[in-house]
Amino acid sequence: MAHILLRHRDVENIHKLDVYRANGGYEGLKKALTEMTPAEVIDVVRASGLRGRGGAGFPTGIKWGFIPKDAEEVYILINTDESETGTFKDRELSEKNPHQVIEGAIIAAYAVGAKRIYNYFRGEFMDAGYAMEEAVQECYANGLLGENILGTDFSCDFVCHYGAGAYICGEETALIKSLEGERGQPWSKPPFPAIEGLYSKPTVVNNTETMANVPQILVNGAEWYTSMGTEKSTGPKIVCMSGHVENPGNYEVIMGTTYRELIEMAGGMRDGKAFKALLPSGGSGPVITADALDAPLTYEGLDAHNSVMGSASVIVMDETTDMVWAAQKMIHFFHHESCGKCTPCREGTFWMEKVLHRLMNGQGTEKDIETLNSVAAQMKGRTLCALGEFAINPVLSTIRLFPEEYKAKVKNSQSEDWEKALATQ
Amino acid sequence: MSDLVKLIIDGVEVEVPKGTLIVDAAKQIGNDIPVFCYHPKLEPVGMCRMCLVEVGFPMRDRATGEFVLDENGKPKLNFGRGLQTACTTPVGEGIEVRTTTEPVKDAQSSVLEFLLSSHPLDCPICDKGGECPLQNLTMQHGHGTTRMVYSDKLHLNKHVPLGELIYLDQERCIQCARCIRFQEEVVDDPVIRFHNRGRRTEIVTMSDPGFNSYWSGNTTDICPVGALTTADFRFGARPWEMKPAASLCTHCPVGCNTTFSTRREAKSGGKHVIKRVMPRQNEWVNELWMCDKGRFGHHYAADSAARLKRPLIRKNGELVEVSWSEALDFAAGKLQQYGTAVAGLSGDRLSNEDLFQFQKLFRKGLKSHNIDLAARRLAGGDVVAKVGLSSGSNLKELGKGDAIIVVASDLHEEAPVWWLRVKQAAERGAALIVLNVRSTRLDKYASHVRHYAPGQAVDAVRQLVNFAKVEGDSNGDALSAAAETAANANNLVIFYGSEGVDYEETAVIAQHLANLLLMKNGDGHAGRPNNGLIPVWPHNNTQGAWDMGVHPAFGPGYAALETPGLNAAAIYEGAANGEIKALFVMGADPVGDGLMADRGQLEFLAVQELFLTETAQLADVVLPAQSWAEREGTFTSGERRVQRYYPAVLPIGDNKADWQILAEIGERVGLGKPAFAASLIFNEVAKAVTQYKGMDYRTLAQVVKQWPDVGGEDGYYAGNAQKNRAGLGQVWASAAESGDAVAYDVAETAVHVNDGLALIRTAALYTPGTLISQSDVLADRLAQPTISLNAQDAAQMELAEGDLIDVNVAGDTIAALVHINNTPAGLMLLSGVPYVAGTAVAQIGQEIKD
Amino acid sequence: MIADKYAEEIEGILARFPHKKSAVLPLMHLAQREYGYMSEDAMREVAGILDLDPTHVLSLAGFYSLFHEEPTGKYVLEICNDLACALRGADEFVEMVCRKLDIPLGGTTEDGLFTVKGVMCLGACDRAPMLQYNLKFAEHLDEEKFDNLIAYLREEAASGEEPPSVVEKIAAYAKK
Ligand SMILES: Cc1cc2nc3c(=O)[nH]c(=O)nc-3n(C[C@H](O)[C@H](O)[C@H](O)COP(=O)(O)O)c2cc1C
Ligand code: SF4
Ligand code: FES
Repeated sequence: MAHILLRHRDVENIHKLDVYRANGGYEGLKKALTEMTPAEVIDVVRASGLRGRGGAGFPTGIKWGFIPKDAEEVYILINTDESETGTFKDRELSEKNPHQVIEGAIIAAYAVGAKRIYNYFRGEFMDAGYAMEEAVQECYANGLLGENILGTDFSCDFVCHYGAGAYICGEETALIKSLEGERGQPWSKPPFPAIEGLYSKPTVVNNTETMANVPQILVNGAEWYTSMGTEKSTGPKIVCMSGHVENPGNYEVIMGTTYRELIEMAGGMRDGKAFKALLPSGGSGPVITADALDAPLTYEGLDAHNSVMGSASVIVMDETTDMVWAAQKMIHFFHHESCGKCTPCREGTFWMEKVLHRLMNGQGTEKDIETLNSVAAQMKGRTLCALGEFAINPVLSTIRLFPEEYKAKVKNSQSEDWEKALATQ
Repeated sequence: MSDLVKLIIDGVEVEVPKGTLIVDAAKQIGNDIPVFCYHPKLEPVGMCRMCLVEVGFPMRDRATGEFVLDENGKPKLNFGRGLQTACTTPVGEGIEVRTTTEPVKDAQSSVLEFLLSSHPLDCPICDKGGECPLQNLTMQHGHGTTRMVYSDKLHLNKHVPLGELIYLDQERCIQCARCIRFQEEVVDDPVIRFHNRGRRTEIVTMSDPGFNSYWSGNTTDICPVGALTTADFRFGARPWEMKPAASLCTHCPVGCNTTFSTRREAKSGGKHVIKRVMPRQNEWVNELWMCDKGRFGHHYAADSAARLKRPLIRKNGELVEVSWSEALDFAAGKLQQYGTAVAGLSGDRLSNEDLFQFQKLFRKGLKSHNIDLAARRLAGGDVVAKVGLSSGSNLKELGKGDAIIVVASDLHEEAPVWWLRVKQAAERGAALIVLNVRSTRLDKYASHVRHYAPGQAVDAVRQLVNFAKVEGDSNGDALSAAAETAANANNLVIFYGSEGVDYEETAVIAQHLANLLLMKNGDGHAGRPNNGLIPVWPHNNTQGAWDMGVHPAFGPGYAALETPGLNAAAIYEGAANGEIKALFVMGADPVGDGLMADRGQLEFLAVQELFLTETAQLADVVLPAQSWAEREGTFTSGERRVQRYYPAVLPIGDNKADWQILAEIGERVGLGKPAFAASLIFNEVAKAVTQYKGMDYRTLAQVVKQWPDVGGEDGYYAGNAQKNRAGLGQVWASAAESGDAVAYDVAETAVHVNDGLALIRTAALYTPGTLISQSDVLADRLAQPTISLNAQDAAQMELAEGDLIDVNVAGDTIAALVHINNTPAGLMLLSGVPYVAGTAVAQIGQEIKD
Repeated sequence: MIADKYAEEIEGILARFPHKKSAVLPLMHLAQREYGYMSEDAMREVAGILDLDPTHVLSLAGFYSLFHEEPTGKYVLEICNDLACALRGADEFVEMVCRKLDIPLGGTTEDGLFTVKGVMCLGACDRAPMLQYNLKFAEHLDEEKFDNLIAYLREEAASGEEPPSVVEKIAAYAKK
């Protein structure tokens, strides 16, 4: 299949403006600016069914429509914080085909009346940011950014900004706080960014991949886009395949592809080992097992399996994987990244890591499993942002799906492992 | 009101204004939803998650937008959005809130378990124990047990000085950010912050000195646990052992309401001692706050070893202790000996009762009008009587459409709570107009700033008023735009002070400003609530001194005298040249303050004081007085609020109240039997001072329900959670309120032209003086004599930052440190030394090398 | 002083935001590049440029994991040993690195050249084991490639000639 979002794999040097333009680049922008009103742009995006690729899947056109029409100052914020474990698609998009993202963002800016776009990269992505800065320079030099874009009376600026290591800054309100020069901590919504966002002005926050979808929707139309995928999940999607597959990497597929097909695309299980489980949405979604492999990759496809597509960062685990260990790895991540603002997340991730650590060291008791379950229940629905919700997913789902592995850890406490653990104290 | 919203909380219907938060709506009907991070004076953040409740929202049909109705024709409710934080969710029409259901109880006990899992549980030695929201809410909503393992607890530092005034116990902190938010949002001193993230979050400061803010103590009040404590109280007493005594702060004219917490202590011989001072809620005055000078600067009163304890008479050149009757007989006899060559000078920290009795002794007993304040700085009390801030005002109500003018005052240093309230009014949208010779911390919030040249304050004010007269003639000048804003404001409040202006100039400024308030562009501002003039008096009861008639030209209640007595300047001169033979000084130290060189030609000098001041050392008789903490009385604030304070501790030594000493001298000079209680003297005041008519100690003690509702069962205000039961005071009405004020015909004054470098003394909150130097905790904060000037002037004089130099001002030589900042060219500011009015010409002397 | 060395860059960075405070992270990146870590002086300098209380900068230094408040080695090797990488041998790789450099995780080599840290996902899970050194990616690593990398970095350090870092390159864009 020819790529839509990962076209840099088919077209060499598409990161250069002339190559990008020679391949239809900035035609979408031209069409929007010269043939369409902002409202029409929003309508097309709404009709395309494009949903946010940052994880939550909120319909992009509807989000743009929330921006008050009479707002004087509006901002577009591209979310390239990409810090979810197992996620690396926005990095590739930014490094290899930055113009596609820039074009999408300018179209978004036109649609909502924004005069400035900020692209927030996680601090570790300065290399990708550098590629984007180069592309931005080219745009300024060629009338695609700055005053009177493409000779129209639309003007817009584009600024790259860099975080400094904090997963929480991917959460849209935390991202805004971080960009404002504060600690990147989320606020309790409402107010939503569309009403009070960056510098308290209406703001659209969209994922990098979401933006990358926009130019071709404008060129080819909504119908072309809805012809791909399912009714509720349209278009292409980049899936980050990692873990125990033969060829980890980004794969662009049409929505509706099954997880089994995805593993096959990634070369199958590494070393021919048997599949055990996968995390469909990086660290933050509940684990699924073999019975869910034929589920389609759509926003709703894993509903029956108590899980979510999320950002579609699929971490595959084979039969050798210790699921308690995997849960501990994940909770370590969330404890490390909890911003500390709200009590249940700050304290809950701390305690879950303590307990899992104990279990992994063979010092756990039966009661510890209960404690994990109840601490998770105490966090559920009570944290200020979704990070706390994410944190409990890998723990609860592994306890649910692999109870015997947890119990084995407890049993082991009477065995050699237990002795060993004590000896190393 | 049309924008009221009706909702149901636990089956009870309540109607509240739109925008009210659920937590506040519940409080209106006595439903205390538990909270930690929420504080009604701070922006809600919803971070502790203690206040989670179930909220049902009326469902609307997507297509029609109409409410979906159930079979009873009532809107159907959707409880499906999960638990909501009551502290961030505003009420909505028809919503239903449930605060006692299982999910809510479970959420509350879970949050408590989480908080306690990292808490050291050292309640038995914690200063907050007994008034701790965490303790209280745990009793009400906690599990009683925990499943966390004790040895897994995080152990952190317990004695971290954030500065020398405030200590942090990192283990006790529950990360509610009340302290950080207070410092940032309320007082704009963001000098403490969270460091790290997640469970490792802790509070830090990098300021120099640590926790550098005049407001730091307030964080210890609102901290809902014992994480923040003050250096002078921590480990000092358990909250339940202490008795509260309502009082007032004596450091500035704001008149903050305070509470002393006292306890009997063996090491003080079983006597009550003051353990701490906290703000007492008065939403019209200080809300829930006070500055650190008030909180830490009280030690002079009751626990200073330097206090006088017995009357002294000079015998053979030495001051020796004598009995009261000997001292009083002696003083009375002497004062009567010199006919009209007798004079009295008073301080303006004393109570209305003292001051009234003082003028009565002189006027009625000694038949002399030679009385005045020992240190006169700011004139215009008579003007304030006409157009002062109207009764019924509350600076908290000023906002959009209103204007505030501040002239010649650095409120942040002189009257911090006024600074705070003016800043907050500006943040709510009030136009702030600042006129001063240099920039102050108010400029940042101002919409119009005029820095006039030294000596030209009067002129700048006159121009402002003139511009305001010519309606709509904004000629582009900043002052004229400011004038237009002021003239057209809904409400207009004006503060004026004495920075860089002398006494006579302040009198003129006050009259100009009165004319601005009386100007009839619209209705005229004077006389309406939230309008009027506020003098930034040098002391807490300067207003009372004017009201009581401690003034050579006015009797009590501003009754003008046909033949005025001598004013302070004339009295000092008289003392020097022998025209005044006997001088009585009460609560003032003119020698120490450099107002009087020595005894001069005085034949008799009596001093009534707390301390053996420089003046007292020269006296023939020294009468030891009680401080305000040892007795009761009233002070009148700069907003003319007459307020009561109450005794907190027993008198030191044999000391008597000032009014009592004066009354006993009065008895000896024929004024009849002395009154035996302050309240009786106040009754006399209410008769003699027409403005105080109808007031008595009971009316001053009246309270009304205040919002926020402090002191209920909830305990979420933590330390300062005591209801104000002692009184809110009463504001006396200005003449303008009854339409009895006419504009002044202001005399022309000559414009000062300065040649040479002008020098202005500015106020610093911690300017060393008799009183605050008694508080050891403040020792490191005392302002050093400092001369500020700009870089060019400094370069010209070859001065560098940090140089120690001699400055010669009006004959005095002061050693001061050089500080280079944005002071206007041609001007030097001298701070950290006692205040002297006006603009002087200075000379820089030698650099002092050590 | 970064205020002098990067005067133009800083001016450009400030121009990118309606509020100065937003420039705090870019300036902290520059300061850390200049001084090797966020020393107290570095924090005060950044605060001074932006009219912030220095406590604000300290607070951010503690919040964001890319800032170091203690001196580090010249190269900070940040190895991702998060789940996705760990499934492809990151834990063993960390062990190998620590053994080779003879330091514990979090430690700094005696010559002051290398600090090793374990970090959360760096967005390169498909190229594990991997690490970042001073914000540069080194991917698809194994023992041999790691040896080469170390040799290369030692050489670079010895030569005293350092190529401009990505922090500087990005800051330079603000100039225009
Ligand atoms: C803890 C947390 C981390 C997140 N991280 C990211 C991220 O790295 N990138 C991203 O695009 N969205 C992230 N999100 C989702 C954003 O909050 C937001 O929904 C998204 O950027 C919206 O863009 P979209 O509608 O285009 O998906 C995160 C959300 C949470 C709660
Ligand atoms: S010190 Fe007190 S007020 Fe400050 S965050 Fe901790 S618990 Fe809250
Ligand atoms: S979250 Fe509402 S009081 Fe803290």
